[in-house]
Amino acid sequence: MGGFLRILRSMPPTAIFGMVVILAYVFIALFAPLLAPYGEAQVVGAQYEPWGEQFLLGTDNIGRDMLSRLFYGARNTVGIAFVITSLAFVVGGLLGLLASVLGGIFDLLLGRLVDILMAIPQLIFALLLLTILGTSVPVLIVVIALLDSTRVFRLSRAVAMNVVVMEFVEAARLRGEGLWWIMRHELLPNILPPLVAEFGLRFCFAFLFISALSFLGLGLQPPTADWGSMVRDNATLITFGDITPLVPAGAIALLTVAVNLVVDWMLQRASGLRR
Amino acid sequence: MNGAAFRIIGSLLARRLALGLLTLFVVSLIIFFGVELLPGDLAQNLLGQSATPETVAALRRDLGLDQPAVLRYLWWLGDILQGDLGQSLANRRDIAEVIGDRLGNTLFLAGMAAVMAVPLALCLGMLAALYRNSLFDRIVNIATLTSISFPEFFIAYILILYLAVGQGWFPSLSRAAPDMPFWDHVYVCLLPAVTLTLVTTAHMMRMTRAAIINLLARPYIEMATLKGIRPRRIILWHALPNALAPIINVVVLNLAYLVVGVVLVEVVFVYPGLGQLLVDSVSKRDLPVVQAASLIFALTYILLNLLADVLSIVSNPQLLHPR
Repeated sequence: MGGFLRILRSMPPTAIFGMVVILAYVFIALFAPLLAPYGEAQVVGAQYEPWGEQFLLGTDNIGRDMLSRLFYGARNTVGIAFVITSLAFVVGGLLGLLASVLGGIFDLLLGRLVDILMAIPQLIFALLLLTILGTSVPVLIVVIALLDSTRVFRLSRAVAMNVVVMEFVEAARLRGEGLWWIMRHELLPNILPPLVAEFGLRFCFAFLFISALSFLGLGLQPPTADWGSMVRDNATLITFGDITPLVPAGAIALLTVAVNLVVDWMLQRASGLRR
Repeated sequence: MNGAAFRIIGSLLARRLALGLLTLFVVSLIIFFGVELLPGDLAQNLLGQSATPETVAALRRDLGLDQPAVLRYLWWLGDILQGDLGQSLANRRDIAEVIGDRLGNTLFLAGMAAVMAVPLALCLGMLAALYRNSLFDRIVNIATLTSISFPEFFIAYILILYLAVGQGWFPSLSRAAPDMPFWDHVYVCLLPAVTLTLVTTAHMMRMTRAAIINLLARPYIEMATLKGIRPRRIILWHALPNALAPIINVVVLNLAYLVVGVVLVEVVFVYPGLGQLLVDSVSKRDLPVVQAASLIFALTYILLNLLADVLSIVSNPQLLHPR
């Protein structure tokens, strides 16, 4: 507990701000059904009602409450982005560690495959795969996680390569420890700090990517509330000088800024510890 | 450059080019055979469920679907190499014709953004390195961090809200006609180009700053400082030439990013470019157009990446003067 408080006190204000924002988003995502005044897909008024007492942020293009959809959108967009990032880390991290421990032909082939995957522009690749496989939540998750895992693979392999050559790994090998044990107990604890920071950055990527796809009408499908598609559906309001469509877009931006601020601090801290 | 250096660089370049060709080949495979995985029969999908088996069979013959996939892949590749991209399923028009103008529009927009973003990013990066840890550096740092975090459409709509709707200086939709005078085209493209500039400048600027600061810790820079050379001269004459390789690399990579980044911006501004065509075709599932457009995007991206690597190999002083 004391250590935790000390870390908290050493945090710069930007990182504290980032933490608070992230926690607020998590809270809203978890308790969206309790916080939202109306249902996710419930039509409660006329279309494009202005901000007011009854609808704090007005209503959208078919008369659903914007605020409620904003809360549910936190749950859907943030939740799916989190699942994608976790999957990408399980796949990319595992393969990266395996490549560093096994080396040889396995490492070489996997490296080439990742090189080729990374040479294809991600958005174009995703659009192509979504045309072929159709847009559904599982497809979205697998496609984006696959694209994202290439970067996790690169990083975890690069960091683990520096650890694999150390004496304690050699000692573990000579003791006859298994592959899994070496990865879990010798490598993982030593490469965790950069991976945690990378998790934040990858989360931002997945989150922006989902929002971009939804904005293009190719991500989460209606009536699921999603910030990207909320911007798209109500974009016409902009031409009347109404800022309502900017609220979900701003929600996306605020979260990515917050995560970046925390990651920035963590990276600085990690490099400071090494020095 | 001596013989040894020439050989090393030659083999590196040959390896990189081979990898580039391999990537192109794999991409073409993915683009072609991915479509093969589609559930159901293409001819049946086109004609709908009510079509008789005879008409479906006739269309299959027409489209060449009764031939083996490998053969069709080779035909497809051969046609593309001759500039024939096939026909759109939606309106039966020649894709090459549909894409021609749009590709020009997209390249115009990306080029305009590059002309604005590259000098701006380099200047900001050098100034931030020169006045590092100053208030200016911190402000630029925070500004770039935020603009990296913003989705493109957020920046685009803010610009539309204030500059197009609020002030009325620019049109909020970038309708470009095929035979528009040059400066009208520039005017129409200004808001989308500024959006792209804001998105890409951040990354390039941060890399420029990092590359220069990285060099400033080297002994020869310290020597120059001890000789009493002014900081501005040290950065411009001593640090910049050696930082050029990573900077060129990041600039070209960002140009590659621009080509893909236009997709979202084009949709926001309803700009008639290739990206908008791609998105429309994906939602209509107009496969030949999706194949052609993604092939062009992937090709440009891969070639620019290749260029970045070639430039960084060629401009690496350590490779040019091996010990």
